[in-house]
Amino acid sequence: MKDTDVRQGTLALMVLKTLDVLGPLHGYGLARRIEQISGDLLTVNQGTLYPVLLKLEQEGSIASEWGASENNRKARFYRLTRQGRKQLQAEARSWEQTTAIIDRFFAVKVEDLK
Amino acid sequence: MKTLRRLFRRLTSWTTTARDEEFLQAEIDDHIAMQTAENVRAGLSAVEARRQALLKFGSVQAIKDSYRDQRGLPLMETLAHDVRHAMRRLRKNPSFAAAVLLTLALSIGANTAIFGVIDSILIRPLAYPHAEELVSVSHTAPGLRGLGAGAGITVSASMYFTYRDENRTFEQFGVWNLGGASLTGVAEPEMPRALNVTYGVLDAMGVKPLLGRWFSRADDTPGSAETVMLTYGYWQRRFAGDTSIVGRTLTINSTPHSVIGVMPEGFRFQRDPELILPQRFNRNETFLGGFDFQGIARLKPGVTMAQANADVARMIGIWLNAWAPNPGLDGAIFQNAHLGPRLQALKQNVVGNVGTALWVVMGTLGLVFLIACANVANLLLVRAEARRQELAVRAALGAGWGRIAREMLVESVTLSVVGGAIGLGLAYAALRMLVANGPDTLPRLNEIGIDPLVLAFAAGVSLLSGALFGVLPVVRYARPRAASALQRVGRTFSDDRARHRARNTLVVVQVALALVLLIGSGLMIRTFQQLRSVQPGFTHPEEILILHSMVPDAIAKEPERVMRMQHEIMDKLATLPGVASVAFGSAAPLESFLTGFGNPVDAEDKRIPEGQVAAARRIRRIAPGFFTTMGTRVVAGRDLAWTDLYEKRRVAIVSENLAREWWGDPRAALGKRIREGGALDPWREIVGVVENVYDDGVQAKPPESVYWPALMDRYIWAGDNGFAVASGMFAIRSNRAATEGLSAEARQVIWSVNGRQPVFLVTTLKTLYDQSMARTSFTLVMLAIGGGMALVLGIVGIYGVIAYVVSQRTREIGIRTALGGPPVEILGTFVRHGLRLAGVGAAVGLVAAAALTRLMSSLLFGVSALDPVTYAAMPALLVAAAALASYLPARRAMAVDPVQALRAE
Repeated sequence: MKDTDVRQGTLALMVLKTLDVLGPLHGYGLARRIEQISGDLLTVNQGTLYPVLLKLEQEGSIASEWGASENNRKARFYRLTRQGRKQLQAEARSWEQTTAIIDRFFAVKVEDLK
Repeated sequence: MKTLRRLFRRLTSWTTTARDEEFLQAEIDDHIAMQTAENVRAGLSAVEARRQALLKFGSVQAIKDSYRDQRGLPLMETLAHDVRHAMRRLRKNPSFAAAVLLTLALSIGANTAIFGVIDSILIRPLAYPHAEELVSVSHTAPGLRGLGAGAGITVSASMYFTYRDENRTFEQFGVWNLGGASLTGVAEPEMPRALNVTYGVLDAMGVKPLLGRWFSRADDTPGSAETVMLTYGYWQRRFAGDTSIVGRTLTINSTPHSVIGVMPEGFRFQRDPELILPQRFNRNETFLGGFDFQGIARLKPGVTMAQANADVARMIGIWLNAWAPNPGLDGAIFQNAHLGPRLQALKQNVVGNVGTALWVVMGTLGLVFLIACANVANLLLVRAEARRQELAVRAALGAGWGRIAREMLVESVTLSVVGGAIGLGLAYAALRMLVANGPDTLPRLNEIGIDPLVLAFAAGVSLLSGALFGVLPVVRYARPRAASALQRVGRTFSDDRARHRARNTLVVVQVALALVLLIGSGLMIRTFQQLRSVQPGFTHPEEILILHSMVPDAIAKEPERVMRMQHEIMDKLATLPGVASVAFGSAAPLESFLTGFGNPVDAEDKRIPEGQVAAARRIRRIAPGFFTTMGTRVVAGRDLAWTDLYEKRRVAIVSENLAREWWGDPRAALGKRIREGGALDPWREIVGVVENVYDDGVQAKPPESVYWPALMDRYIWAGDNGFAVASGMFAIRSNRAATEGLSAEARQVIWSVNGRQPVFLVTTLKTLYDQSMARTSFTLVMLAIGGGMALVLGIVGIYGVIAYVVSQRTREIGIRTALGGPPVEILGTFVRHGLRLAGVGAAVGLVAAAALTRLMSSLLFGVSALDPVTYAAMPALLVAAAALASYLPARRAMAVDPVQALRAE
């Protein structure tokens, strides 16, 4: 796995967080924001976003409706649902815990284990 | 939870619709357009901007695939796709599809229909609540000789009282019998089938009336008002479902009865009664004997059959001591009969012994089904063979073998499901026809239909067949052997044995199974021949019209007057046009349901050892001319004469087998004296001996019979005034016997004398004769159909294989012909191939038949299950048919033009 590849689960979490912060967005907007926030460190095949969106929608975390985009084209807008917000909180907590644990492992020195 | 929700969403959108695809495409287009616009703003050329946008998006097709996989259930989707594909391929090859569907529809339909019959008769519980608690009560009587095998002693009135009062294991107990009851005082007097029940019978069965009420204990008491209930069908037919019928009065058996209730439509009873009458017994006139009733009981919860039997055994002891023997009968008879309990599940009692025949038929059709599957498998193999190159190319291009196997299986299952659906339709039609025209000897006939179990059976059989014939081509062809298959394209020089092994095996199996069925039907044909060759004791039964009628007490009570009226009817009937002769008696031949198993008869010079009972003999009471009309030969002595009757001579006629049993020779019987039922009956002198009559059907031993005059001065079953047959049978021999006209004229004649009493049980002796063979002819017809289908399918199988081999070896034939090979030899090669297959199949089939036909030995008559004629004739027939089936395609090989053949590939 290349380090720029993003696993589906992580991408899903990013989608949820982005929608939480920025409100309803269309697919292209989401892709751009994720790129921007990650400082272009994360260059994904933008297309892989769509299966993730479908999965989240099927799970009920996000909902979509058709609206007009900035340049007045028909576009599909995704927004976070209440269920999605709850999921985001839960996942964020578990992410924090995971990173905290990993942090501690990296902080461990040899003498600490004696 | 999340997973569940997702699955639900996927299920609700289980195929990707074109609309969904459009939406996704729009979204992707949108995305790329926006990225392009952004790139242009960043300073790229329009073309380059779009190129970069596309690159960044990644493979559109991959995204779409991944999206689609997530969207619906991909398995279902490809399945739907495969089914559509299979349908399209079948439509492209209609003759193949038609052949397969017809084969499947017929075999699945036949199996479903017979399973429907078995389910309704043997599997489904009787239509009463908790029917498993219901038992029929009867007795064994090892001390009584002359009782047919399997027959039991039923229940007498005194037993009813004892069992009702003394039992410890019955929730309810009652007795019933079936008979006719005259309905008069209406335009068309008639004799509806009547069910006589004591209190307790309807309660035991637990079916509540639709209108009105059940019989109460009061209805059972002699002297109370006469009541009657109607069954639903009769109420609808006769009274058009008039609900005001309850409370109305009908004249039944010449006395007014008030209608107290109507049973619901779902009420079922043996022989489908029309009226239900309370059976009343007067305790003071009840004796030990008179076993005229059937017992029915509902067991108390938790009581086993063994406990109930023990209870009845205990009560038999009580009963013997509690009641007096009938006047004139020796009480020792009852002791010496050694009665024992014989309780049976009510269902077993109702269904009787049709089980064997039905299972044999089911087995037959099961074999036909297997043959049909083998045939279809063969056809599919040929198709798969033709697709070898296509499959090899697909495998080479990367199609997984699972995918190819699934596609082939889907095609088979599609065929089997469509065939099964058509078959179900056929089964439905067949069962409707059976219910409408079936023999009333088939128990529970009107309950036959298609229920969920039958549907499940049809579905199961269809899927099973799909799997059976579908697996073989998959195993043989779905495996990717691309290299070998591709190499061989267009290079088939001669027969490749390995490739034909599967098909050859199928044909051998088909031929073997077909032979089993042919031998089975051959045995039934021989049985039928044997039955037909039995001289039944009457001649030309199709010329004999039978009608029953009665002279009620209200019109004539004095025996001689009754006899004169019957005589007058006979004389008038004889003057009808086309009538050759007329007989009168208590029952016609083959009407053993009216005569019962008989009564003990003893001879003056044959003392019965102490402690034994005289054997029961079949009894008929007849007027002169009975034997002439029936065509029964008088072996010795003479027929009765009218003077015997009117002068009350104490005379008798016996059957030849009885005369031989007692005196060794018919002539020796003349002048001997016999009597019925013991000391009360006077001795009567034998004046004639007649041919045996097969009264229980030709497959049963003819019962030893005694014929008394229809008019007697003293008789054991009659009072001091003497006896005459009041309710009896007229038999008319005429070439118009089967016509409506004659029976209408006969009815008018009878009515003109007996004051419009019902005429009933109108039939011809031929009908009774056919009914007595109904089980044999039913099995015969079913086996013959099965055997015929099997033969045709087996022959088609051989034909198919030989035709295929010929087509594959056209080139070789061409070379051989070109080199001067004699055509006869080439022809012989193929015919020998067919005969080899048939020979191996026949050998296997003979062994299987020898094992399997033993199961049907109870259905056979006069032939052994290993009948050499059948075992020689049927394989010969099969091999002859196989030779023809190989010859026809082989002949085409001879017509091959060598130039054409060599150029063909």
